[in-house]
Amino acid sequence: MNPPKINIKSFGVHSVLIEWPHEVSEHILETILRFQTYIRFNILSDKDWEMVPSYNSLLLINRKKTIDFEKISKDINVGYSQLKESEKPDRYLWRLPVSYDLEFGLDLDEVAKKLNKTIPEIIAMHTGTTYTVYGIGFLPGFMYLGGLLKDLEVPRKATPRLKVVKGAVGIAGKQAGIYPQESPGGWNIIGNCSVPIFDASKENPCFVNVGDKIEFYQISRAEYNLHKIEAEVGIYKPEKIKLNA
Amino acid sequence: MLKILKAGFYTTVQDSGRFHFRNKGVPVSGVMDEMTVFKVNSLLENEVSAAVLEITMTGPTLMFEEETYMALGGAEMSATLNNLPIQNYKVYQIEVGDILSFGRLDKGFRSYLGVREGFTSKQILGSRSFYKPITKENRLRDNDVVPFIDSKLFQPKISEIKVDSFLDDNKLEVSKGPEFHLLSDRHLEEIFSKSFTIAHENNRMAYQIKETISSHEMSMLTSATLPGTVQLTPAGKLIVLMKDGQTTGGYPRVLQLTDKAICILAQKRGGDKVNFKLV
Repeated sequence: MNPPKINIKSFGVHSVLIEWPHEVSEHILETILRFQTYIRFNILSDKDWEMVPSYNSLLLINRKKTIDFEKISKDINVGYSQLKESEKPDRYLWRLPVSYDLEFGLDLDEVAKKLNKTIPEIIAMHTGTTYTVYGIGFLPGFMYLGGLLKDLEVPRKATPRLKVVKGAVGIAGKQAGIYPQESPGGWNIIGNCSVPIFDASKENPCFVNVGDKIEFYQISRAEYNLHKIEAEVGIYKPEKIKLNA
Repeated sequence: MLKILKAGFYTTVQDSGRFHFRNKGVPVSGVMDEMTVFKVNSLLENEVSAAVLEITMTGPTLMFEEETYMALGGAEMSATLNNLPIQNYKVYQIEVGDILSFGRLDKGFRSYLGVREGFTSKQILGSRSFYKPITKENRLRDNDVVPFIDSKLFQPKISEIKVDSFLDDNKLEVSKGPEFHLLSDRHLEEIFSKSFTIAHENNRMAYQIKETISSHEMSMLTSATLPGTVQLTPAGKLIVLMKDGQTTGGYPRVLQLTDKAICILAQKRGGDKVNFKLV
């Protein structure tokens, strides 16, 4: 497949934005991740550079310098033309446990009624698909997940909640996600994930990277409680499978 | 240690920011007014990244429990040291038990307190900057303490500087944001011909603009944002992201404030006027 076209934009004096066609696509995301790895090793290896990938874009930020936009654009274009299909970044599938206990799934009943389904059907649809992490933002560790089944699409709540608890698993429109910490939020809450997605005390505070895949599986309330204790003492490890190995 | 006798309205520890975690959704944080902090740290011959106290609107009452040297900069908050008035951008020698307090806010919105070698509170993800939930608290509370290393033998090369204050500036210089080209002529006219009022919804995450401009139906996929990014909501609201702002967003990024404009805006409060100038 030909690499999709890129558009390079200056964004303030410290950043360069690379944009791909305006579409949510696995091929584009894969290309962005490959190019990010290429840039890190071949163009911007300096530690003052940071990169933020998301859906169809990659932002390159220098924390200190005013950048030379012309020069970097040229390097990016040359680098992109040399990008090879074979340079595949490591990507992982994470299997995350969710309790759909009604105490957590505050909107399960309402979602089921709106979609004319039973609660077990909702859970089966939510756990029966693989999601792609298209971005991480809004809050530390908040994943923008693509891949929600069409039959599970339900509008966000008319009135947002002032407080959604940490670990809350939500759906809204075409989007699915997990609230990594307590925050206000307008998504429909259907369960709670027992694995902490973000932990500032760890050197790598968030094990998920943009481009990874997520699957949810149902656990009982008792298993949920056990995971919580394991996570607290630091012995719980989320299940991970290497992709494109 | 610096003892916080009274915390004031919103007092935090900030340094130059938290880098390399924006791809995990962690805002960069750090001081809102970098130009002022650069001067304060320079006077104290500190590293650029030395941590300072960022003091917002109503100042705290502080007691030094170690000897050091201090300097203030930024907003004019009628500061006193042991009840005697002191000036911004001047180095003062501090004895154990000295009390620093603040009075009426005369000008600006954020004042910065630096001490020799900076505050040494715990670094989390490479920074001392407060940002909840990365740090436990979002601001200092009464009776908290902030550590620093005592300093007795410092002889400042320059003990006082005159600064060109930008506290009265209201012109925010901007460059084009990634979605600038989507703006209509009417939007451009509205953005660059009017003066705007800072809304009362303003904090370290974002400054909202009170007046709305024409609504729009531009759409984009969620993409990275920066401190100083001006977003335009579909309803025509302008939102300027600041240091604790989210790292990605789905609203068109129409303008980008220069580094200096971020500092100017950081010294504004609800009701102040600003205008945008494209450079």
